[in-house]
Amino acid sequence: MSGILKIALKLLVNDKSKFIALLVGITFAVFLMIMMMSMFSGILARSSSSVYNIGAKIWVMDPAVNNATSSIPMPDYVLSNARSIHGVKFAVPVYFGNALVKLKSGAYQAVSVVGLDDATLYGRPELIEGKIEDIYAESAFIVVKDSEFKKLESPTIGTEFEINDHRGLVVGLAKVTSGGLFGIPTVYTTYNRAITYIPSMRFTTSYILIEPKSEADIPFIQQQINKLGYQALTRDQFVRKISDFYTYQTGMGMNVLMMTAISFIVGLSISGQTFYTFILENLERFGALKAIGAKGHELITMILFQASFTALLGYGLGVGLASGLMILAKLRLPSYAAQVTYYNLTFAFIMVLIMAGVSSYIGVRKVLQIQPFDIFRG
Amino acid sequence: MGNVAIKADALVKWFGEGETKTTAVKSASFEANFGELLYIVGPSGSGKTTLLSMISGILKPNEGAVLVEGKNLWQMKSDDIADLRLHKIGFVFQDYHLFPRLTTVENVAIPLILKKMDWNEAIKVALEYLEIVGLKDRAQLQPVKLSGGEQQRVAIARAIAGHPDILIFDEPTASLDGDTGRKIVDFIKTKILNPQRCVIIVTHDSRIYEFADSIMKMEDGKIIGFERNTLHVA
Ligand SMILES: Nc1ncnc2c1ncn2[C@@H]1O[C@H](COP(=O)(O)OP(=O)(O)OP(=O)(O)O)[C@@H](O)[C@H]1O
Ligand SMILES: [Mg+2]
Repeated sequence: MSGILKIALKLLVNDKSKFIALLVGITFAVFLMIMMMSMFSGILARSSSSVYNIGAKIWVMDPAVNNATSSIPMPDYVLSNARSIHGVKFAVPVYFGNALVKLKSGAYQAVSVVGLDDATLYGRPELIEGKIEDIYAESAFIVVKDSEFKKLESPTIGTEFEINDHRGLVVGLAKVTSGGLFGIPTVYTTYNRAITYIPSMRFTTSYILIEPKSEADIPFIQQQINKLGYQALTRDQFVRKISDFYTYQTGMGMNVLMMTAISFIVGLSISGQTFYTFILENLERFGALKAIGAKGHELITMILFQASFTALLGYGLGVGLASGLMILAKLRLPSYAAQVTYYNLTFAFIMVLIMAGVSSYIGVRKVLQIQPFDIFRG
Repeated sequence: MGNVAIKADALVKWFGEGETKTTAVKSASFEANFGELLYIVGPSGSGKTTLLSMISGILKPNEGAVLVEGKNLWQMKSDDIADLRLHKIGFVFQDYHLFPRLTTVENVAIPLILKKMDWNEAIKVALEYLEIVGLKDRAQLQPVKLSGGEQQRVAIARAIAGHPDILIFDEPTASLDGDTGRKIVDFIKTKILNPQRCVIIVTHDSRIYEFADSIMKMEDGKIIGFERNTLHVA
């Protein structure tokens, strides 16, 4: 490290109380921003869990659907029409619904039920225990072993339960890639069993899942589905639609945005204010350095270094603190949704750079203005 | 004349505009030579500090010129003036201006570090200068832990560490008791001054006049007297 940077560092770090105040300001702001955004990212990721878990390339739905679990059933002709579109390799229905399970202990537990197409079992989960064909057995269900699994009193193969007053039998345990948002267990069964067990309206198809012959066929398929008055979305488009719904139509996005902005402003004012006091208090030193022969750009380098050193350290502490807290929270609450994404980290980083930039800009202006003569006169 | 360290030629400096305009220095001309200990004396407000600042590249005069070792100071670019201050001129400010967050030895090393000397090397050299001013054992202390006279010596060590040809002291004894003040000036005269150096001291303090080679008197912004090789000035 060059000598002047070392001087800059010592001036900063040896002023313990101010250095700590600076760090606390930035750490606090980063912590809050990361927490808010991670919570939000986590919720968004989970809100699309069914879409990821089923894994189909194209989803056909009513245009009013904006959330995977609140589907709007479609009439059967949509399915047969979809099957006849050029470029469709196959099209199958899938059922999403909710049911009430009565456990051995007598307690009731809501579950979400996924009904897979009887012929193909398209969208089937990966099994940890049991065989997928057993799903055709009488009253058969496959239970997802995720963080909500315990709520079903941790069943094993052969466990029996009541589901909407019908008998249910566990024939397999599955694993899924993504946990859900609503904190209830998920069970899989066949489409036909699902619609017989769960009371439904005239139409029963929640979504139609399409496997195109090739990627190139997708636009044509979407166009044809549109003509029927329905919407065909690729997996990514559907995820995007759900995210947009949560972001823009539930007020959640706005709240997160506001909280993040407030954290930023609070952090900026604490650290900017403290850095400004720090510079004011050291103005005489900077003046003395100038008088001795330090050049303007060297003083600027010192200030930028002080600001960015504090900012980076505060950023590291803030990220560390937020991650630590999330890890702790996840230990206690398995379904805790927050997740740190590169996007969040980058965003918070840019915010911290802005804080450092604003603070050093004020500092630099002040320092370049001082006249060593005023120092010299005492 | 190769012996002239600083030549001031008809320097004028005023502050403010219109009603509030005060002329602090009114056409001051003088020369200071190498090997000379020059005092600038005069009542408060007579323009001593203003004059010092103009000849050392800190305050730009409104009129006149300053030659430092023959170079016209105020025609140089500001970075070059900064370089000249760093390499040729050493200052001791009236109230020392030591850095409280740095150790004594780090304070002394500052000019060396600004000259891009490696940190460890600079600390080593700074220690040698602390030894010259008799404070080597205080190297790791913070300046605030030192007495006023010791702080003054640290400031002197810092000023001479950069090996300047010209040393400028503004009221070096003002905040010291008579004995300490005399000791410091005696030290400057015997240890710091040499034939390749010019030392200029601004002072009010008649107790130290005996050390001067020359005394320049100022009053109301004007130089009203210049005496070489005298022992006492009334
Ligand atoms: N920045 C300034 N703005 C306005 N007036 C100034 C400024 N600096 C100096 N002066 C005025 O210039 C005059 C000379 O000031 P200077 O500091 O040079 O005096 P001095 O001889 O060093 O006095 P002292 O012995 O008290 O230090 C004074 O009248 C002072 O008020
Ligand atoms: Mg003065």
